[in-house]
Amino acid sequence: MSTTWLVVAAVGVATVAIKATGPVLLGGRSLPARLAGIVDLLAPALLSALVVTQALADGRAIVLDARLVGVAAAGIALWRKAPILLVIVVAAAATAVTRLLV
Amino acid sequence: MQERPPRTYRDGARAVAALAVAVAGFGVSFGLLARSAGMGWLAPIVMSSTTFAGSAQFAAVSILGTGGTVAAAVAAAVLLNARYWPIGVSVAPWLEGPAWSRFLRAQLVVDESWAVSAEGDGRFDPRILVGAGLTLYVAWVIGTAVGSLGGEILGDPNALGLDAAFPALFLALVLPQIRSRRALVAAVVGGAIALALTPLTPAGVPIIAASAACLVGVRHS
Repeated sequence: MSTTWLVVAAVGVATVAIKATGPVLLGGRSLPARLAGIVDLLAPALLSALVVTQALADGRAIVLDARLVGVAAAGIALWRKAPILLVIVVAAAATAVTRLLV
Repeated sequence: MQERPPRTYRDGARAVAALAVAVAGFGVSFGLLARSAGMGWLAPIVMSSTTFAGSAQFAAVSILGTGGTVAAAVAAAVLLNARYWPIGVSVAPWLEGPAWSRFLRAQLVVDESWAVSAEGDGRFDPRILVGAGLTLYVAWVIGTAVGSLGGEILGDPNALGLDAAFPALFLALVLPQIRSRRALVAAVVGGAIALALTPLTPAGVPIIAASAACLVGVRHS
């Protein structure tokens, strides 16, 4: 099996299992408050790491390139309460235009 | 007490109608980017059909595309989806019926369907959840197919600036997550860990290591 299909299968099975755990097994019980307080923070920590690596990393190198212009444009669009679809279009367009010009 | 008319699946679909357009747009981006990461045209569509979790799919595919290992890609996706454990627990009391039915409906839980089905006080409307979840699922899979199959015609995604769509997307996803001081600290520490480890470790590892930032919750809770 190729790397791609291995990832598709493994991520699929893992996601289905994670989503099903609560509704299928735990019934009405809720997480202990301490644990819930930690798990809550996984999403902001991981998403922020993804922003940083996708904007700045190229393999193991840290590179400042046209992507940064796109992310800055996305930041402005988000600040102006633009819908997500528009934010992505703005980021891609700003990056593409920067590559054309520079 | 105010009487509310019983809400239907259609009300759930209506609640996310505008959002479904954005999700379809995400799907198009995912199809394009997965294709540019070397996944071919079919794997992205199969992935969106079986793994209904946008940010985890983007993470796994972007790690693969930058030369990361299978283990790193899967681990990052699992860590990003870990939030669906407490989210699943929160809706569990409102999903009744046989286990297979709860299992299937649990798959329709994504951040957006979960958010619109919340009635406050920890209550959730299962019909809204299912109606919204199904609508978003169809939009996600169709969008992915359009992006994946249209990628042939569109050519090099980097010339279109689509590589910048990744960080822009994650920026758009992380900002609504930062609703407290603890979340802000976790985001800043997570970003710093990832940046510091990028030159030192294989692709994907910095993102997994950034999950340690959630331990700031231990001291504050």
